[in-house]
Parts: sequence; structure tokens; C-alpha cells
Amino acid sequence: MDKNLYNYILTIADNSLILAQRLGELCGHGPSLETDIALTNISLDLLGQTRSYYQYAAKISGEGKSEDDIAFLRIEREYKNCLLVEQPNTHFGYTIGRQFLFDVYHLMLMEKLQNSPDETLAAIAKKGIKEVSYHKRFSSDWVKRLGDGTEESNTKMQEAIDDLWRYTDELFFMTDAENAMVKEGIGIDVSSFKVKYYKEVSEVLKEAALTVPENKYFAKGGKEGVHTEHMGYILADLQYMQRTYPNMSW
Amino acid sequence: MTLTEKANIQENLIPVLKTVSDPEIPVLSVLDLGVIREAIEENGIVHIKLTPTYSGCPAMDVIGDDLKKAFSEIGKKAEVELILSPAWSTDWISEEGLQKMEEYGIARPLSETADKDVLLGEKKLVKCPQCGSTNTHLVSQFGSTACKALFKCDDCQEPFDYFKCLK
Repeated sequence: MDKNLYNYILTIADNSLILAQRLGELCGHGPSLETDIALTNISLDLLGQTRSYYQYAAKISGEGKSEDDIAFLRIEREYKNCLLVEQPNTHFGYTIGRQFLFDVYHLMLMEKLQNSPDETLAAIAKKGIKEVSYHKRFSSDWVKRLGDGTEESNTKMQEAIDDLWRYTDELFFMTDAENAMVKEGIGIDVSSFKVKYYKEVSEVLKEAALTVPENKYFAKGGKEGVHTEHMGYILADLQYMQRTYPNMSW
Repeated sequence: MTLTEKANIQENLIPVLKTVSDPEIPVLSVLDLGVIREAIEENGIVHIKLTPTYSGCPAMDVIGDDLKKAFSEIGKKAEVELILSPAWSTDWISEEGLQKMEEYGIARPLSETADKDVLLGEKKLVKCPQCGSTNTHLVSQFGSTACKALFKCDDCQEPFDYFKCLK
């Protein structure tokens, strides 16, 4: 098996899985019916994308693995998602802030990945672009609505952006698998759209009457399996059924 | 362009395919919806290529099972493969399908530009499937399934689903 390709697929897919799981927590608990439905719809899109990636990874692994094995039977250090997506739904501002900061990145990545000579990755990206642009429309609308809303909503939105900002730099950190795949012409150099990313994010924040954070401390590690303390709790939920009843199926 | 020209579907399989519907919009058959990209019978096995409307559409697994069941009822074995490329578009819904959808109470997708305008709440263009008025407004960009948004008619006051344009 091509270990680099396998890890590369997971680097992209794990972000979608963990964010889908985070959003899924809000099913039935959203602040309003419309936002509840929206967040779970986004979760479902992300989970669908995850399944396509995992099916592909399972196929190339050549170890008789299934998509479920990849989703449920890994330990924390084997998940390659960035720290941003595992951050909790502290309040609605955090949910929206996390979504927005990820959506802008996600869409830029998909736009590049759709031209990858790897046909499967390109097909998943092409399908995903339509969904992710819709996610971004939703999250950036809400950033503006909350930022440019009441004093209370502005304070909370700012608080979330300030807290989550430290996880944005990691999105552009290149792992060994990513470097190897770029060399093969299949993968995307994520650092290539870092400037574009911060420009777009800053524009939306300014329009939302929010301050672009200036802190220069950035946390990273998730993409290499070193996660924040939240990750274990997510996996405890996510993997519960498979750990309790091994090999169970619906 | 007819559906069979676009997708590679063997004529004799069409009657069976017509009996399989989308579990979430039961008035639409899989052919109306345009999710069957290929259906060919070879050596007694029907090979079907199915494409999802949205990546996470939970109806796909059910549709796959329903297809196998429909063919097994006439003594044929069917194999269903899920394909992602080319990505599904609302353009693939047949005219007959769009009409059935409206009669069912779901407003049909508008053009790409008009769709953007209505989903940003900038223009009133979506026609209420109950009374026909375009005096409608967006309630939620996301609806009961991934492919729909929620609207309300300001004339007859009925809420309804709008099938989002996807290209």
C-alpha cells in the first residue's frame, strides 16, 4: 500500500469526520429550529464526504479494512484532523466561528483538489465544492449577523474568534504525507493559499464589525496526531458502540 | 436530450427502474431524479451505476437495496455501484419529475443565478406550490433534507420546501 497516499487521504478526511461529529452533537440542541437543521445538514454533508474518502483509503490499504474500521477503530494519536475542528461548541458563537474558519479553508482546498490527477480525490472534491460553498455562505452570514448584531452578540462572536484564531495557522502546516503527495503531483500544497485565506477571513470579520486578532501564538499538532484534551471525549462518544459491541452492525 | 441519451440505460430495464423511488420524495422515481447513470444487463446480471444527489444523502443506501430488490422480484440479479463523477446536477431531474415534484408540494429548482438570489433572500422568485404566488420568503437555507431549503408563502401562508439548484 502507498502509505503516504493513505495518510494523505486521512489528513483531509479526518477533519470532515470530527467536525461532522461536533456538529452532530447539536442535533436537537440547536439554538433555533432553523439553525439546528442547518448544522445537522452540514454535518451530514461532511460525513458523506468522509465516507467517500474512507472508502477510498480502505480500498488502497489492502488490509481488508472497511470504512468503519478507519472511522471507529483507531486510537487518538492516529487521527490526523487539525485542532480547530475538535474545539467544543462552547456557545453558538464558537460553533459558527469554528465553522467559518474551517469553511473558508475547506473550500480553497477543494477548489485545488478537484484538479488533482488522482481521479477519486478529484471526484470527491468536485462533489464537495457545491456543498462546502453552501456551508461557507451559511457560516459567513452568521458571523456577520452576530458580529454586526447586538453588543452581546458582537462580544460573544469576538470572544470565539479570538479563542479559535490560534488554531488557524495549523491548517497550513505541511505534514510529511502532504509533502510527499505534493512531490508526486497528487496532493495540494496548503501553504500556497495561506495569504489568500487570511485576506478573505479578515474581510468578512471587518464587514462583521469584528477585530481581526493579532496574536502570534499558534497551536499545532493535530495533523500529526497530537490533539487537544477535547479529542479523547469526542472519540469516547464516536467509538462507544464499536468498542462496547465489537463488530456490531445495523 | 433525453434521459437515456445522457445516462447509459438499456431500454428494457426502464420499466423496473421506474418502480424504484426516492424514499424521501416518493413521487419521484430514480429515473425522474436522474441518479441512475448506467444500467446494463450483461450475462444475466444487471449492472447499475448510481450517483448521489448530495455526498451524505442517506437515501442512497436504501435506493441501492430497493434496486436490487426490484430486479430480484423479476428474477434478475443486480449489482449497484456508487459513482461520484460526474457530480449530480438538478438539471438531470426530468421535466416529468419536476412536475410531479410541484404537485407533491415541493417548489422546483430555479436557474443558478435566480437560486442564489432567493437563497440570499434578495428576490422573491420561488413559486408557492400550493397557490402559485411568488410572494414567498426564505425561512431557512437548509430544509428537511440536504437538497431542500424551507420557504413560506406570504399569500396563502403555507410553508413549503424548495428544491435547491445544484450545478
